[in-house]
Amino acid sequence: MTLSEGPATVPLLSVRGLTKLFGSFAACNAIDLDIAPGEIHALLGENGAGKSTLVKMLFGVLQPSAGQILWQGAPVTIASPGEARRLGVGMVFQHFSLFEALTVAENIALSLDPKISLARISDEAASLSKAYGLPLDPQAHVADLSVGERQRIEIVRALLQNPKLIILDEPTSVLTPQEADRLFETLFKLKAEGRSVLYISHRLEEVRRICDRATVLRHGKVTGACDPKQETPASLARMMVGSDVAEVHRDKAAALGDIRIEVSNLSVPARTPFAVSLKNVAMKVRAGEVLAIAGVAGNGQGELFDALSGEYPVAEDEAIRIRGKAVGRTGINGRRLLGAGFVPEERHGHAAVSAMALSDNLLLARSQSDKKAFLSGGAFSVIRFDAIRSATRRICEAMDVRKSGEDPQAGSLSGGNLQKFIVGRELDRQPSVLVVNQPTWGVDAGAASRIRQALIDLARSGSAVVVISQDLDEIFEVATNIAVICEGRLSEAYPAGALTLERIGLLMGGIHEGHSIPETAHAH
Amino acid sequence: MRIELQKRARVSTLFSVLSPLLALALTLLFGAIMFWLLGKNPVSALYSFFIEPLLEVWSLHELAIKAAPLILIAVGLSVCYRSNNWNIGAEGQFTIGAITGSILPVLYPTWHSPLILPLMLILGMIGGALYAGIPALLKTRFNTNEILTSLMLVYIAQLYLDWLVRGPWRDPQGYNFPQTKGFQIEAVLPEILSSGRAHWAFIFAIAAAVALWFMMRFMLKGFEVSVLGQSERAGRFAGFSARRMVWFSMLLSGALAGLAGISEVSGSIGHVQPVISPGYGFTAIIVAFLGRLNPLGIIASGLVLALTYLGGEAAQLSIGISDKVSRVFQGLLLFFVLSCDTLIHYRVRLIFAGTKTAEVKG
Repeated sequence: MTLSEGPATVPLLSVRGLTKLFGSFAACNAIDLDIAPGEIHALLGENGAGKSTLVKMLFGVLQPSAGQILWQGAPVTIASPGEARRLGVGMVFQHFSLFEALTVAENIALSLDPKISLARISDEAASLSKAYGLPLDPQAHVADLSVGERQRIEIVRALLQNPKLIILDEPTSVLTPQEADRLFETLFKLKAEGRSVLYISHRLEEVRRICDRATVLRHGKVTGACDPKQETPASLARMMVGSDVAEVHRDKAAALGDIRIEVSNLSVPARTPFAVSLKNVAMKVRAGEVLAIAGVAGNGQGELFDALSGEYPVAEDEAIRIRGKAVGRTGINGRRLLGAGFVPEERHGHAAVSAMALSDNLLLARSQSDKKAFLSGGAFSVIRFDAIRSATRRICEAMDVRKSGEDPQAGSLSGGNLQKFIVGRELDRQPSVLVVNQPTWGVDAGAASRIRQALIDLARSGSAVVVISQDLDEIFEVATNIAVICEGRLSEAYPAGALTLERIGLLMGGIHEGHSIPETAHAH
Repeated sequence: MRIELQKRARVSTLFSVLSPLLALALTLLFGAIMFWLLGKNPVSALYSFFIEPLLEVWSLHELAIKAAPLILIAVGLSVCYRSNNWNIGAEGQFTIGAITGSILPVLYPTWHSPLILPLMLILGMIGGALYAGIPALLKTRFNTNEILTSLMLVYIAQLYLDWLVRGPWRDPQGYNFPQTKGFQIEAVLPEILSSGRAHWAFIFAIAAAVALWFMMRFMLKGFEVSVLGQSERAGRFAGFSARRMVWFSMLLSGALAGLAGISEVSGSIGHVQPVISPGYGFTAIIVAFLGRLNPLGIIASGLVLALTYLGGEAAQLSIGISDKVSRVFQGLLLFFVLSCDTLIHYRVRLIFAGTKTAEVKG
C-alpha cells in the first residue's frame, strides 16, 4: 500500500456530484463524499435517503447518471462489482448471499477463481479469520452457523480480495452486543492497517463510538458531514430526519386486563434439520401489555412466531389460547378472525410479495378477516379493488408510508417504508392481539420510532402485544414485561424495570437453563 | 472462457411487450433460411406456409379445429405454471380424457339419447383430471418432481390407448384396422356453422379462456394462484395452502386437457384410433408461454401455433417438403420466446480466464 505519499493525503475515494436518476426521481442528488485512507467513515440516513443507491454505485451495481468517482485521485468508472473488487473495494451486504448446504470454504470458493484449490482457500480463510479475530471454521456447514458467524464469512470473503476499502451495510443489525463488540475490534484492526471502512448504520450510538467521520444523507442529498464523536445522538438524528426524532412515550402504569394470549406446554419438534425445536414454552399476555421476547438470532424466534401465528399449527390444540379459545390446531386465518394480527420478520417473500402492488399485499394479510369489505360475488369471491385501494391509501397516510406512485410494487419501497406499511396493515384492523417478529429489523430511526410508538399505543388502547426482537434498546423501549428465548426455551417474564442489561445478557446466553437462578423463582 | 448471464437492474417494459412479436419475427427469418437451405424459394414457401391457409373458408375452419385443443390445454397449463406447478403431461391427460369420454359410445353404440354427449364430455374431463391427479398425489405425498412424473405418464397413456384399440375396443367389423366403431350421431360434437367442420370445441376453448382470465384477474382464487406461484411462504402467511394449490391447478389443467381430448375424438375424428393427437399437449406448452401465461394472450398464440400445423400440411402438398417442418417451426418459436424473455431479464457476458485471475489477486 503506497498511500502515505506527501503530507496532504489524497483521499482513497472521492465522490463529486454523484447523481442517480430513476426516471425523474433523484435517488442521489449531487453527492460529495471523501474517504481518507485508514478512516472509518459512517454513512447515515433514513431508509430511502439514498444510502443503498450510493453504495451500489460505488460497488458497480448501478451506474451513476452524472458525477464522478475518483479512486486515489484518478477518475474511474466502476462498471461491475468485479471491477470494484479489482480496484480494491470489498462489500459486505446486509442480506447475506450464502448457500446453507455448503461449507464455509465452499461458499468462499464460489466468489473466487475456480482454479484456486479448496484446501488453499480453507488455509487462507483460517489464517485471515485468526488474524482479524473472526473465529470461523472453514469446514463448518453454513446452515449450522449463527447470523453473526455468517456475517464473518462475508467479511472474510471480502478480506480475501485484499481490499483497501470495505463497505459494511447495517452490519450490527443482526448481532448481539457481544458479537458487535467483536466486530468493532476487527474494524479497528483493519483501520490500523491503513484500510478504510465505509460503515452504514442506523445505530447512532455505535457510529459515535467507532467512526472517525460521518456523512449524513437525506432525500438523496448530503445534509451534513461531521465528526460523530463531537455530536450527540439527538443532533445526529436531527441531521438524518430533519426534525427531532419523536421520543417514544408510554404510560408507566398501564392497567392490565384479561389474558389475551396464553401459551402452555408448547413443544414443537424441529421441522428441518436446521430448525430449532420449541421446548415447553409457556407465556401469558394480558390486554394492555407488551411482552417483549429477547434472544440471540436463531434460538427459536422464527419457530415461536410460526406456532403463534398458526402458519404451522401445532399438534396440541390446548397449547395456544387466543382470547380464551384453544387454537393450537387452527390456521392463521382462523386466528385472525379471533382478532389476532401478525407481522413476520422477513418482509420480502413472507410478509409481502415483492413483485405485487401494495394493495395486493393488503389483501394478502386480510382476505379472510376483511372478507365483507374486500370481497363480493359470493362463491366467486370477486376482489373489490376500489375498497382495497382506499384502505391502502388510508394505511399509507396513517403510517406516513413514502412511495413513488399511487400503488407501487412492494419491492420498490425502502425497507422502513415497507415495514411501516406491513405494521400499519395490521394496526388498521385494531387487532386485540398482535404478534410481531423483529419489528424494526434494518429500519431507519424515524420509521423505527414510529413503529415502536404504534405498538405501545396499540397496547395502551387495550390490545395484547408480543414483540420478538433482538434489539435490546427496542425491547427496553416498548416492553411491559420481558422474557428471553434461548435454544427453544422461553424464560419466565420479568417486569421490564426489574431487568438490567447484564441480567438479560446472561439469560440470552442460556444461563438460566437447568437449575434456574434461585431468586427468579419468587419473582412473580 | 465462459458465458455468464447477468441480471439486468431494470427490465425494459417496451421489450417485454414486444418479446412475443420479436420471437415470431426471428422464427420467420430462420424459417426462411431453412427453406432456402432446402433449395426452395423462401418467400413462396413462407407464403404457402403462413398465408395461404388463411385465404379459404374451409381452412379457417381447420384452423379453429386445430386451435381449439391448443387453447383449451394451454389456458389450463397457464394456471398451473402461474402457481409454480409444472404439468408437462397434458398430452397424456388429453389421451386419457379421450379414452374415458369414449367409454359410452364404444360400449353402448346403440344408446341414442341427447344425454350421451354431455356425459361424454364430463367423463372426459374427469378422466383427464384423475390422470393429472397422479402427479399431484405423488408431489403432495412424496415430494416427487411433477415435471418427470407427468411427462412419464404421457407414454403410459399413449401405450394404453394403443392396446385398447388393438385389443378390447377394436371394431369386429373393421377389417382388422386398429380402431373402434364410428360413434353414433348423438355422440358426435356438432359443428358450429354450416360452412365448415369447426365444432364446439372452439367455443369451449374461448369460454374456458375468458373464464380463467376472469378468475386470474378478478377473483381471490386467481390472487391465490399468483401469490403461491411467487412465494409459497407469503402464501402460507395469507392462509393459502400450497398443497391444495397443487391439487387445484393439476386437476384443473387435467380436466381441460381431458375435455380437449374427448372433443377431438368426438368432433374431429369420430372414432378412437391409436394416434389421436399431433402432439397438442406438448405444443400447448409453447402456446401458454407465447401467450405470456395470460388466457387472452393464449387465444392469439393458440391460433398462431394452429397455423404452423396447417402450414405444415399445406407445405407438404404445395412445395413437397415434410410436415416435420411444422415441428421445426414450433421448436424455433419456443426457443426464441424463451431466449427473448431471458435476454430481457439478463445480459450476456463473456468471461475470459485472464480477467478473472486479475480480479482475484488485484
